Amino acid sequence: MGRRVTRQEFLLMSAGAGAGLALAGCGGGPQSNPAVQGNSAGSGKTYKGPKVTIEFWNGFTGGDGPFVRKMVEQFSSENKNVQVKMNIIIWDSYYQKVPTAVSSGKGPDVGIMHCDQLGTNAARAVIVPLDDVANTLDLKESDFYPTVWEAGIYNGKRYGIPLDMHPLALYYNKDLLAKAGTNTPPQTKDEYMSVLKELKAKGIEGSWVSPFFFTGSLQFMSLLWQYGGDLYSKDATKATFNSDAGVEALSWMVSLVKDGYSPKNVAQDAEYTAFQNGKNALHWNGIWNIALFSELDDLNWGVAPLPEIGSQRGAWSNTHQFVMMTQQDPNPNKQAASKFFINWMSEHSLEWAKSAKIPARKSVRDSETFKQELPQEAELAKELPYIHFPPTVPGIADVGAASLDVAVNEAVLLKNDPKSALDEAASEANELLKENREKYQA
Amino acid sequence: MDTQGAERPGAKPSPEPRAKRSRGDFIGSSPVTPYLFMAPYLVLFFTFVLIPALFGIWVSLHNWDYMLPGKPWSGLENYTDLFTPGSATSGDFWLSMEATGKFTLYSVPFLVVVPLLVALILNQEFRGRGFFRAAYFAPYVLGVAVVGVLWRFLLDPNVGLVNYYLGKLGLPDDIPWISALPWAWVSLVGMTVWWTLGFNAVIYLAGLQDIDPSLYDAAKVDGANRWQRFLHVTLPGLRPVLLLVVTITILASANVFGQPYLVTQGAPADETRSAIMYIAEEGLRNFNMGSASAMSYVLALFLLLISILNFVVFRRGED
Repeated sequence: MGRRVTRQEFLLMSAGAGAGLALAGCGGGPQSNPAVQGNSAGSGKTYKGPKVTIEFWNGFTGGDGPFVRKMVEQFSSENKNVQVKMNIIIWDSYYQKVPTAVSSGKGPDVGIMHCDQLGTNAARAVIVPLDDVANTLDLKESDFYPTVWEAGIYNGKRYGIPLDMHPLALYYNKDLLAKAGTNTPPQTKDEYMSVLKELKAKGIEGSWVSPFFFTGSLQFMSLLWQYGGDLYSKDATKATFNSDAGVEALSWMVSLVKDGYSPKNVAQDAEYTAFQNGKNALHWNGIWNIALFSELDDLNWGVAPLPEIGSQRGAWSNTHQFVMMTQQDPNPNKQAASKFFINWMSEHSLEWAKSAKIPARKSVRDSETFKQELPQEAELAKELPYIHFPPTVPGIADVGAASLDVAVNEAVLLKNDPKSALDEAASEANELLKENREKYQA
Repeated sequence: MDTQGAERPGAKPSPEPRAKRSRGDFIGSSPVTPYLFMAPYLVLFFTFVLIPALFGIWVSLHNWDYMLPGKPWSGLENYTDLFTPGSATSGDFWLSMEATGKFTLYSVPFLVVVPLLVALILNQEFRGRGFFRAAYFAPYVLGVAVVGVLWRFLLDPNVGLVNYYLGKLGLPDDIPWISALPWAWVSLVGMTVWWTLGFNAVIYLAGLQDIDPSLYDAAKVDGANRWQRFLHVTLPGLRPVLLLVVTITILASANVFGQPYLVTQGAPADETRSAIMYIAEEGLRNFNMGSASAMSYVLALFLLLISILNFVVFRRGED
């Protein structure tokens, strides 16, 4: 097993080495790639060139897969000149495969990336700047939500065209809340704790805390912002999640475990399964679960913005952004078709919102159809003023995985106290941030 | 490794003269011929083993990311970092080596002994023997992904079947099988034994059938009981097979990846993250291929030493 991995790794590297040389040979590199600019094949709002097939890769393996499939089918049937070949790969492998494919000249034309992967892939020249795409499509900040528009920028250049926002939300079991004598979801700390106390008196552990990224780290980051903290310093040279705010946030999560409001040693996804089985009353999870929970007939549930546990509102969110890949041999028609495709998908993102996301595009979000057909998603759009995205810094996702996730894991499993877990993680993170700076500046 | 037996002194001198003549007659006398026959293998060996392995040394001497234009030479820094406390990689790397060592230490004895017992039983004459042989081998045909997901569901501390039935039996039903120590090790070792014991058992079975039955008869005549026959006939007869089994089991356990990756994801904290898991993360997710290659070489060196030690121990036993 392991032997094979090593071999693959070597293979990847040798493939990459060859392609790296080829890329270097081209000289200017992607930044000066003229093919992304407008040309005779169309402005991006239309496509008038010859028939082309473009490749679109993404990681929508879950409940959102059928929705993106439907959109691509509709696009392909409405636009005979642009056929889209889609490849869906589980996100983890996606972020490993795309760079390899791009480096060997077999990368897709269009892809989707999360904002915390944009910096990494921009710095590694996997994706190309899209400022001119935004210009030719006449897309502006006012067409989107300001923070999500900003999340597509790395190093002063635009790399992502936002598709959606998917923040963390509070799911609640209506039957269990009724047992606690209420029918509205708690929105303040006092309300939250009183529901939990009522439930505990009835032998129910009401708010399961996960020690894993899903959903423990997501909960921690939301609370960190609620207590007024932040993940990293503005220039991303120092981890700041071990601030007093961070310690308060993690201590609150740990107190839920210690005080019997959550079981100890919750396994990966057990909090989620328990919610589905009606054993977990208040569940912090991403908006995308609306679509999944809707399919459960026996579950009487609702969704609300996250409660205010700290000193202010705050919620973790991520965003899916359209990106265009570096091509060794750029084809202007494909580039034009890709732009046209991105714009079409963005305009039709109401269909995408049905997979339980908040559309990034203002016109879609403000439409009556969105508010009427997707009342739960529209309710969560209230979180937008206080959602926070992870920063667009190269390698940042790996820094978090190696430091913050470990601290949350240790603390929630009661193996380490919140402060020392966070301090250790912060010094690990600082070391990694330093390495990343050296690496991506070299 | 098991072919070693043929070269040992005392083994039968094999080739008859006829073989020599027919070789010449059939193929012709070109000295290139044997190499041509080996070529298909050698092409694969060079492409997928030797050249990448040598290239890996080169990579390990750089800060290597295949997508970045600059791959600065770093000399032995990737190696010295591993031995410098407080560097970004050393703590995690040695923790993962420790996890790998623990898994090997806990799993190998079971993986060597349990299949031997199974093989001894399956070597008896009884009704349904064929069925049981198939049944014990069956889990081995499953991929690690299937095994991992299966046990992940069974062992889930909160909603898993194992804890559910333990509860039904009046035993504790809140054992954190995959999120706390030592339970995570119990789970990982247990599932690995269940999964792979069939493979070692088949090798043992083949070895057992190779032992000359007349030796048992002779031992019986000499008045040896069951245990003595096992100790003085079966075990010595199995020695080459035992060497093979111990060696491949140690190497397989030291390369453990799929089970912790799928079942515990390295938790609690990073205590069950194996070396291969960490190397894959460092190289393929963090794209630090230089330091990942250096780690691979350190791991490979350890495995080489253990294999050599293993051979020496078994050789000594022979004299």
